[in-house]
Amino acid sequence: MEQKAIYAESLTKFYGKARGIDRLDLTVDKGAFFGFIGPNGAGKSTTVRTLLGLIHPDSGAGKVLGLDIAKDKRAILQRVGYLPSDNAFYSGMRVKDMLKLSAGLRKKDCSARAAELCERLQLDTEKKVEDLSFGNRKKVGIVCALQHDPELLILDEPTGGLDPLIQHEFFSILQEKNREGVTVFLSSHVLSEIQRHCSRAAVIREGRVIACDTVEQLAKSNARRVTLRGSLSRDTLPDVRGWKQENDTVTFLYSGNMNHLVQVLAAADVQDLTIAEPDLEEIILHYYGKGSEQA
Amino acid sequence: MTLIRHELRRGWKSLLIWTGAISAFLVVCMLIFPEMKGQMDSISSVFSSMGAFTKAFGMETLNFGTLTGYYGIECGNILGIGGALFAALLGISALSREEKDGTAELLLTHPLSRAEIVTQKLAAILIQVVILNVVVFLLSIGSIAVIGEAVPWKEVGLLHLAFFLLQLEIAAVCYGISACIWRGGMGIGLGLAIALYFMNIIANLTDKAEFLKYISPFGYTDGADIISAGSLRGVRIAVGMAFTAAGIALAYWKYCRKDIR
Repeated sequence: MEQKAIYAESLTKFYGKARGIDRLDLTVDKGAFFGFIGPNGAGKSTTVRTLLGLIHPDSGAGKVLGLDIAKDKRAILQRVGYLPSDNAFYSGMRVKDMLKLSAGLRKKDCSARAAELCERLQLDTEKKVEDLSFGNRKKVGIVCALQHDPELLILDEPTGGLDPLIQHEFFSILQEKNREGVTVFLSSHVLSEIQRHCSRAAVIREGRVIACDTVEQLAKSNARRVTLRGSLSRDTLPDVRGWKQENDTVTFLYSGNMNHLVQVLAAADVQDLTIAEPDLEEIILHYYGKGSEQA
Repeated sequence: MTLIRHELRRGWKSLLIWTGAISAFLVVCMLIFPEMKGQMDSISSVFSSMGAFTKAFGMETLNFGTLTGYYGIECGNILGIGGALFAALLGISALSREEKDGTAELLLTHPLSRAEIVTQKLAAILIQVVILNVVVFLLSIGSIAVIGEAVPWKEVGLLHLAFFLLQLEIAAVCYGISACIWRGGMGIGLGLAIALYFMNIIANLTDKAEFLKYISPFGYTDGADIISAGSLRGVRIAVGMAFTAAGIALAYWKYCRKDIR
């Protein structure tokens, strides 16, 4: 059987009574550019931290690159690059020393790769880490995660603080790595990033994966975003969500019978009408809203 | 080795300050000894007749007018307290500081096992304690030589060995505590070192509290005991080393199972 980059089965972690993740199942194929989506507190970080051995699961099993997360932590970490959402470094160190320390802890000479990444991300390696802005600290984290050429990249909210040009360069680097066969696991709130770059994605809600599919499939929905100018009574349409009315403009998500929608609209006073596919964000919000029912 | 080097780099300023301060106080005390020596006969009789205060610091046994007596008390107060505080700070911050400063996630997502991290940080602590003690010992010997006194090698050697073991014990116990906490814990470390010091003073004051000498490492660094007996108290040191081993074992046991915040 082909090894998966990430495999989690019924992974569970509670912090006392507070739920971290609850019987979470997740599979990420090798070579995928995978998005991991969920609201705050859904369990994204707990999932990542459990997979990397920072916290110990209460039950369930997990494998990263075919290696057991409980027994093979060191081997996993040798082959994984991780970018946390908050990058904390040892104060007093210069960027170049921090990168050297990270490479040294991996017993690798990554100087050439680090120099190339620093140049592409426009990172000044002479500065002290405590003098860096949030965005520049993020760049240091990116170089630390990438300089040893890992097989799997786990990125938690990677673009926070990066300006658009650097974001573009960062995703170019990720795409290059992905084409070379590196698996990219991208945990993000920025759904447009997921939609633009990921081939597959999972949606996590209340500690459980409630949807996992190709981004194309996730974005596909029989629901339509209807926006009209005129007057329409909400009671005339079933299967309506997100009803908003401002002045003479009404907008809502409709997931009912299309013939019925056309008949209702034909009978209503409509001066202008747009019916479009909702974007991924709307669909994810839909998952957040009714995730537990689907799980 | 990378982590050991990193820890030593992070700690060199603190090591320099503590080593410098302890050495400077010891050297100054030794340099003023010749001047004070002439007045010591009367001072010694005063110090040896101050009741509880005399007992508390073991001054009824030691002659303050001799180099060994003077060194035993002065060394106990400077190297004893200074070394204990330094060791406590080293031990208590070694593991917990990573979580307090948010660097634990960075460190623990590199390919090092938890046991390796505990080992390398422990080695860095040991190296720093050794450096402090070697420098302080050499400067103390040097200052004794400078004032023209014969170096009482055995007594000074035993005193310094006892204080080295005390620092190891306090550092190890604090290291074990460090693995169990998520914040800096500086107050815990300093508080523990000071509490252990006062335990020994209480034990000196009353025979009923003599058992405290087996709990506090200051019980086996008592200058009066060491100089008068010409040896270290084996049982007390054995108990102390058991605490040292327990602290280290706790660090390994806890840190290897800990969820990192």
